[in-house]
Amino acid sequence: MPAAPACFSLANRSEAKALDNRWIHQTLLLRISAILMALLLSAMIFMVLSASPLDAFSLILYGAFGSWAKLAYVMTTWAPVLLCSAGLLITFAAGLWNIGIEGQIVMGAVFATGLMQALQGSLPPSAVLILAGMAGLAGGALWGMLVGGLRRYGNVNEIFGGLGLNFIAGSLTVYLVLGPWKRPGIGSTSGTEPFPPSLWLPSLKEFQASPIEILLGLMAITSVAIALRGTHFGLQLRAIGMNVRAAFLKGISVDRNIFLAFGLCGALAGLAGWILIVGTSARHNLFPLISSGYGYLAILVVLLANLKAFWSVPISFFFAAISMGSLQLPLQRQLDSSLGGVIQGMLVLSILVIHGIRSRWFQREG
Amino acid sequence: MKVELKNIHKHFGPIPANDGVTLTVEPGTLHGLLGENGAGKSTLMKVLSGFLSPDRGEILLDGKTVRFHSPAEAVALGVGMLHQDPLDFPALRVIDNFLLGSPREFLLDRKHHKDRLNELADRFGFKLDPEARVSDLSIGERQQLEIIRLLALGVSVLILDEPTTAISAQQRENLFNALNRLTGEGKTILFVSHKLDEVKGLCGKVTVLAHGKVAGEAAADCPTEELVKMMFGQAFTIGKRCEVTLGEPIFELQDITLSDWRLEVKGLSLKVREGEVVGLTGLEGSGQQMVLRGCAGLLKPSVGRIWIDHQDLTGRPYQDFIEAGVGYMPAGRLEEGLIAGMTLAEHMALIETNPAFFIDWNRAGEKASQRIREFNIKGQPTTLVEGLSGGNQQRTLLSLLPPQPKLLLMEHPTRGLDMESVEYIWRLLQARTREGTAILFISSDPEELLDRSDRILIFFGGKVKVMDACGASLFQLGESIGGKGFG
Repeated sequence: MPAAPACFSLANRSEAKALDNRWIHQTLLLRISAILMALLLSAMIFMVLSASPLDAFSLILYGAFGSWAKLAYVMTTWAPVLLCSAGLLITFAAGLWNIGIEGQIVMGAVFATGLMQALQGSLPPSAVLILAGMAGLAGGALWGMLVGGLRRYGNVNEIFGGLGLNFIAGSLTVYLVLGPWKRPGIGSTSGTEPFPPSLWLPSLKEFQASPIEILLGLMAITSVAIALRGTHFGLQLRAIGMNVRAAFLKGISVDRNIFLAFGLCGALAGLAGWILIVGTSARHNLFPLISSGYGYLAILVVLLANLKAFWSVPISFFFAAISMGSLQLPLQRQLDSSLGGVIQGMLVLSILVIHGIRSRWFQREG
Repeated sequence: MKVELKNIHKHFGPIPANDGVTLTVEPGTLHGLLGENGAGKSTLMKVLSGFLSPDRGEILLDGKTVRFHSPAEAVALGVGMLHQDPLDFPALRVIDNFLLGSPREFLLDRKHHKDRLNELADRFGFKLDPEARVSDLSIGERQQLEIIRLLALGVSVLILDEPTTAISAQQRENLFNALNRLTGEGKTILFVSHKLDEVKGLCGKVTVLAHGKVAGEAAADCPTEELVKMMFGQAFTIGKRCEVTLGEPIFELQDITLSDWRLEVKGLSLKVREGEVVGLTGLEGSGQQMVLRGCAGLLKPSVGRIWIDHQDLTGRPYQDFIEAGVGYMPAGRLEEGLIAGMTLAEHMALIETNPAFFIDWNRAGEKASQRIREFNIKGQPTTLVEGLSGGNQQRTLLSLLPPQPKLLLMEHPTRGLDMESVEYIWRLLQARTREGTAILFISSDPEELLDRSDRILIFFGGKVKVMDACGASLFQLGESIGGKGFG
């Protein structure tokens, strides 16, 4: 009697594995063709600008990996993108579009700056740094939960709520930089008075990147991956994201979980904001547009990774490299550095388009 | 226009909704189409009006074969359908709705079209303000708007699907007058209903559908009994649960009123005892689902109280109902019941009461295996729920309900299942009732209702009639579903 079920499950398992293999081949093929398509489209744009695409691509590579200093720069850009990607994995799991992540980064930076300005000098620098990190977490979480609150109580879609709060956070920085927190004597949009090196994150001697930032980023994304897979909270979030009505009918408290998701994503974004103040390659002051589009970049990362934590790690690194590498374009060839963003956007669009075509094709077959 | 349907077949998955239907409607007549829920009336009419394309069969208009690929094509050839729930745009004004899909002009001459609307409305005694918002209109007025919109598009065959479920007596009279006038003008009208007296009063000829086939045709003045027999079949079924002993009252509705945008159930009182099974039936949308969702705390009654086991739960959130021992099973398996993309084990982890922080996947897997055995589900703990067959999805839904609820609320617990599964599911449910669980379930299957219930609540346009199932015949139940005794 026990032989039969064993046989049965074995057959099933090999079948499942075959299915898995096919899936991997298909996705891999899909990814590769999307990357080729994106490179081709970007190359066409470079050609329109009468620049050699090969030259431009190699410049970007050189800009990212040409020297240890350049690589260190990429690493310090990577950290905030990793943190934001980790946060977005949470909100995306619940089926939420947290466009407000940019504002959450800004509020993290604002809270961190405020705390450091208040306590600098009266406490040891390391304590100030740690407290500022917590303030950043709190500021981002607050701004995130505000999006959740608008959605829950004001019936405002999180996309519009987030967009609105992004503008408010941006205006707030302008007000602070020109008003209460302006530099002694001259107030300019270049930002607040920079903090002294004692309030910078410590970096390695040879390699201008702080291991703390990157560790925080990697830890965040690992914890999120574990939480989504292995905790009841993560399971409930995924259930909400897949079928909110069924989740509700199973007795899951949808509102509380959505609040939490926004709060956690905001907190991680806020921590990214803190890094943009105290990090190795930061300007060490608060200035308007401090979020620098890292939040939006992270949205692209997570979409490209198909909401998978594991793939978000290399993709965010790759995107950080493109962002930093493309800074070489204006320095060496009089091309705009935003062309890096074009390549990134092309990648995501190519993936989405190919994905869409494939699912339409499958639908027709099925 | 003469309408002929020849040998129409339409399947949804393995289930035939229309199984070789042939039907002829003479021009200038009012033809009734009768049948119980799921008999295939709506499907047939959607085929005729271009919403669905038939798998096989022919549609002839005035003797010419036609093929529609969309409702717009059907309208262009003269066939228009008035749906049970109006397919209009509530946010727009009456005149905008009237113009939708009609003129092919770039700039609209609103004045001209307003005159046209008023003229048409006057002709049929309808009162419609062109500038009113559709959202402020009653269902009856929205029907009137839809009728004149279709007429303005030049429709000469008009299909009405259960048009009187949600309109007032006055509006019904207006509607019937308008329909009579239309046939007088030579239009052909198909009137779909399950209300026997309406069909008999209005139509010249009636076709009865049952189980996707034509069960018979009759002049409308034939005896009601004949029509009921055609609708529900000759089988002699009577209520069977006569010797079940019931426990203490466990659930009570006190004079509750529930309403949505189209229907009101007013002043319903009901006491259910431990172990009792109450069937809810009626034409879909007659109020039974509203009441069941009210019992689950998903809809709040505007008046009245709800008691579960001596606890007043009126107006409390759904979570409190769950905690009080209510299990609710929705009709849509993959829409509301299960979470597509998750495995059976994940579903088990999801319904864990008092969950720890981390999921114990071993435990969830074991629990899934245990439920799989207990409920005879053909699947593994790692199977995604969307990969299960319909019957196994239904068993999974049942396995996810709390193990010993005080009250089970179920929408169509056995719809679309084979006989064996139905039997199995009811055995499981009856085992629970013996331990004191009370069950309220919605069904459209009269035999299931008579076989399984102690009492049956019959809904008709928001009104409710209670019938003792023991000894009741299929014929009596059929008559009541068709509106007998609702005044």
